[in-house]
Amino acid sequence: MKYIDEFRNKEIVKKLATRIKELEPQGINLMEVCGTHTMVIFRSGIKQILPQGLNIISGPGCPVCVTDQMDIDRMLKLAGIKDVIVTSFGDMLRVPGTTSSLEKERAQGCDIRSVYSPLDSLEIARDNRNKEVVFLAVGFETTSPAIASAIADARKNKLDNFSIYPCHKLIPPALETLLKAKELKLDGFICPGHVSSIIGSASYEFVASQHKIPCVISGFEPVDILESVLMLLKQIREKRSTVEIQYKRAVQPQGNILAQELLKTVFTPADARWRGLGTIPQSGLDLNSDFNKFDARERFDLTVKNPSIPKNCLCGQVLRGVRTPAQCGLFAKACTPENPYGPCMVSSEGTCAAWYKYNR
Amino acid sequence: MARAWSLLKGPALPGINTTVNMEDKILLGHGSGGKLSHRLLKEIIFPYFSNPILDKADDAAVFDCKGRLAFTTDSFVVQPLFFPGGDIGKLAVCGTVNDLAVMGAKPLYLTAACIVEEGFEISLLKKLIRSMAQAAKHAGVKIVGGDLKVVEKGSCDGIFINTTGIGLVPPGIKISGNNAKAGDAVIINGNIGEHGAAVMSARNDYKLKTNIKSDCAGLNHLICGILKASNKIHVMRDPTRGGVATTLNEIALQSKAQIQIEEDSLPIPEAVRGICELLGIDPLYMANEGKVLIFCPENESKKVLSAMRNDPLGRNSRIIGRVVKKDNPLVLLRTAIGSTRIMDMLTGEQLPRIC
Repeated sequence: MKYIDEFRNKEIVKKLATRIKELEPQGINLMEVCGTHTMVIFRSGIKQILPQGLNIISGPGCPVCVTDQMDIDRMLKLAGIKDVIVTSFGDMLRVPGTTSSLEKERAQGCDIRSVYSPLDSLEIARDNRNKEVVFLAVGFETTSPAIASAIADARKNKLDNFSIYPCHKLIPPALETLLKAKELKLDGFICPGHVSSIIGSASYEFVASQHKIPCVISGFEPVDILESVLMLLKQIREKRSTVEIQYKRAVQPQGNILAQELLKTVFTPADARWRGLGTIPQSGLDLNSDFNKFDARERFDLTVKNPSIPKNCLCGQVLRGVRTPAQCGLFAKACTPENPYGPCMVSSEGTCAAWYKYNR
Repeated sequence: MARAWSLLKGPALPGINTTVNMEDKILLGHGSGGKLSHRLLKEIIFPYFSNPILDKADDAAVFDCKGRLAFTTDSFVVQPLFFPGGDIGKLAVCGTVNDLAVMGAKPLYLTAACIVEEGFEISLLKKLIRSMAQAAKHAGVKIVGGDLKVVEKGSCDGIFINTTGIGLVPPGIKISGNNAKAGDAVIINGNIGEHGAAVMSARNDYKLKTNIKSDCAGLNHLICGILKASNKIHVMRDPTRGGVATTLNEIALQSKAQIQIEEDSLPIPEAVRGICELLGIDPLYMANEGKVLIFCPENESKKVLSAMRNDPLGRNSRIIGRVVKKDNPLVLLRTAIGSTRIMDMLTGEQLPRIC
């Protein structure tokens, strides 16, 4: 398949792996912060062909995984309200809240539908004018423009039975929190390709200039990842720290201006709770006052009891990269994809799910 | 089971000699066993399925059978009912025929039970019955009994079909998921993922336009050729729901074997890859309805492949992997870039109501 096979080419992969080995990395920790990167690295078996002195750590790159337990519980409460249709990306359905999951609530009779796009939720709202349709807006900068577009569309078409539960997260503030926490020695970031296609490379400048950590924005195929690793190792060897774009076929330094403008029109940055990272200032997106009526939290009473996380669940530490799934006592024993304790085991992009599926 | 269809014999009942109007819809009365049922069966079902055993119209089909029997049942709830390459009727016949065939049995007889939703179009029912009859004829099996029930609107989604089948296992055939041996070649008869992808695009949930057709087909003739070519087939199984990955894991578990698959060898059509890349689905978990995985000793594989490629359903047959050793059950994939990773069983639902 064009534009895919070239980036999975065995010969190119071999050459890149050799060049990486030639740089003889020792004790180097690179972190990727994108669930799709996590999955590609495991699915294609990239870790096996990298030298031992090079460690790729998965960070908080899965939007489902970083969703706070309180938010999950509120989503569950939302699903139980009469005449509410909850729509969501499929990954959220199996995430365990304090006492239930959306999948279990659906089996109890709640109207919960999985969609591929927020625009599908709009259609459901159009077809069910006597019901309230709420979209669970979980995602990073990659998904938020589509959701902004859906909200703008809802306002234009006076679809007042549509709203969202805003749970968006922004990647750069999370990187800053990780760096300030200094729990890990990080030598470089493999930055997310699709997020960056929206926000551009400039958003990571502070990482390179203030924290002196090299950044490379990477694509999603094995050749992309390996080339990004090589670019990072070169920066490290040359003692440089800049933001470079490997994924040039999709990412511009300035990002997608149209999407950025749309985001500004509909959303405003706000403090957000992250699983494992706590509340990070200005790391989420709330609706602007003009669009506030599309905020489900304004329409429904979503008060929930204190949420609780299963004892010994290390999802939070796994998300910060300070523990590997294998270091969690529940992993692959009590906690499996069929009986998940935390979101990292459920989401198709979760670090624990990737370890379980490909690396047990 | 056959009771509902036993009304067919004998003189016409008074007042039912008018014909079924194809523009009509199924009423609850069509499943009552009364006059409406009688007329429907006589005009829509009986003409297509007619054979000497069914035509006796007794409460159960009676036939002679000598030897070891294979016996299986399956229910079909696919949505949509019609999809490129097939429909629920064809699927219901082929599915059961294939379950018999992969055990090495020659499929002989089927029963077919339909649960139809009130308001279902009679013309569509006729189309499905015709499709079942065609598939049965092609596979060389007879539908010797059946049932038709009608449920209130909303109680089922159009039509659900159950088929049960009996086949005869020739002497000497010992095929089972338990029989994979170290050194066995793993062979598939062609493209992976076409049924799942076809149903997915036919549903139009994702507004995708593709030219993918379901691979839905009866495999018994192909398998008959394989068994003629080699008497050393260890395992055969059709990778339906859960796809190739799940079926291989089942076999690994049953045989306590480690299987290694070569990603480069997997025949995945461009269109299936495209749809999978787009939706983030792994084609190895996509359902197939006309595929069979075969495990046989490596030195038999040439004969087997040659027999398979002689059949229209086996032109693209190839070896996709091997049984590495008898050990902890595990399926490994040697990836396109030369690493190996686990290929696990499907967790949860990839796509509901695929068959």
